[in-house]
Amino acid sequence: MIFPNTAIKERVVSLTLTIFAFSSLVFLFLIFLFILIEGLPLFFKVGLKHIILGFKWAPTRGSFGIFPMIVSSCMVTVGALLIGGPLGLGCAIYLAEYAGKRGRMYLKPSLELLAGIPSVVYGFLGVVYIVPVIREYLGGSGFSLLATSLVLGIMILPTVISISYDAIMSVPRSYREGSLAMGATKWQTVYRVVIPSARSGILAGFILGMGRAVGETMAVIMVAGNALKIPSGVLEPLRTLTSNIALEMAYAGGDHRMGLFSTGVVLLIIIMMLNYIANFVIRRRVLK
Amino acid sequence: MVIICIIFIKGIANLNLEFILAFPQDMGRHGGIFPSIVGTFCLVLLSLLFAAPLGLGTAIYLTEYTRESRLTTLIRFGVESLAGVPSIIYGLFGFIFFVIKLKMGWSLLAGSLTMAIMILPTIIRTSEEAIKSVPVNLRRVSYSLGGTRWETTTRVVLPCAAPGILTGIMLSIGRTISETAAVIFTMGSSLRLPTTLMDSGRSLAVHFYILAREGISLEKAYATALVLVLIILAINAVAYYFMHRITSKYS
Repeated sequence: MIFPNTAIKERVVSLTLTIFAFSSLVFLFLIFLFILIEGLPLFFKVGLKHIILGFKWAPTRGSFGIFPMIVSSCMVTVGALLIGGPLGLGCAIYLAEYAGKRGRMYLKPSLELLAGIPSVVYGFLGVVYIVPVIREYLGGSGFSLLATSLVLGIMILPTVISISYDAIMSVPRSYREGSLAMGATKWQTVYRVVIPSARSGILAGFILGMGRAVGETMAVIMVAGNALKIPSGVLEPLRTLTSNIALEMAYAGGDHRMGLFSTGVVLLIIIMMLNYIANFVIRRRVLK
Repeated sequence: MVIICIIFIKGIANLNLEFILAFPQDMGRHGGIFPSIVGTFCLVLLSLLFAAPLGLGTAIYLTEYTRESRLTTLIRFGVESLAGVPSIIYGLFGFIFFVIKLKMGWSLLAGSLTMAIMILPTIIRTSEEAIKSVPVNLRRVSYSLGGTRWETTTRVVLPCAAPGILTGIMLSIGRTISETAAVIFTMGSSLRLPTTLMDSGRSLAVHFYILAREGISLEKAYATALVLVLIILAINAVAYYFMHRITSKYS
């Protein structure tokens, strides 16, 4: 072994790895840079107020109001959370507290499979199964806030379940034993002791699920109906920020395309905020 | 959740019959989904080619080559943020940067570069976890035998962490296969068989999306969906196998 040679090799390797490590920062920077370069000018040209609070989206005629889409995105997200949240939490509690070893062995992998299924497939199943049922029994076209919330609610289940599950599992065993020793039933223990101590982790799971629901595109396009207005009821069609981008990107040019990038800027800001809140919540738990 | 699982299994069982009937005719003659399978395969392979070395390098750097410092916090922050960016934003970015600014056009190259950035956080995180779980003593032994840092990493740490790293790669393959929004804007949706890097192509997920959304053929859509789900299932099974191997090894 020649020593100087090895030393040089080590330094080269070290340098290369350092460069590699910075790549994700560079990519993040590039993404922000390009989305902002394309999206921001319109904010100055048309005015922030007219874009964010404007009601009319007619990009070929100079109106870029995305307020209805922001509201729709929020509604869909809340709807997804209302459906996926309790269900996911229930599953997580079952998995962590009630399920036997066998049950866990089968449920966990199927959960991972559920997480791996492409979002378009969820959307498709929504179109084939959920939309007709809504049309049949509740009226309307079926392409609606309700259908979208249902599809997204199911989609965010794996995220909600796995993070809540981890949070519940990390509650010390002694807490449960203490509660049971006081004569509390299993459910009382879960409800009064385990869930409150796992609260922040469960919350983080919900927030990450929300992030997934806001960012989802293709499944939403398929079941939402994509109408350009604020839905007045759960059976009304709607269009979210993400579907607006995906629907019109193929043929947009000039200011129209800029408008879509502005939509992207708003979306990016919403998602980043959600992620940092989630991170903050998780970190607080670790500190605790 | 049990109910949902049953619905899914039932759904898949329903798809199965129709799919078996539809597949042979679509395969070659009408150019059914063969180009899409090839397109998906190329997309996965290329994006891994870009992302795997980069991600693994970052993970090695973060775990073996530095101490925790402000710099690593910054890099981790970057990785976390990148993981949170929704796919449609990757699509927009890929479109404006690779397709327009770098003049790649809608191509396999632009698509796989975009996907590579998208799966990078997954690879970094899982590899980091895998490398961290390698016992410190193994490294100490290697150092005490005069192994350099790089030798220790490549000959001792990486082989031990291989199952974990492979799990991460499997997960990111799954993500590439199921992605639609980012791919459709960067790789396009041409149905031809992609032969060069600059050709546009159509991945299975995009093909499925177009079939289902435009109502071209429900049966073919079902069939494509089943292929997709089966591929994901196979990948999950392999990932699970590796994961199982780690847990049984260290417990």
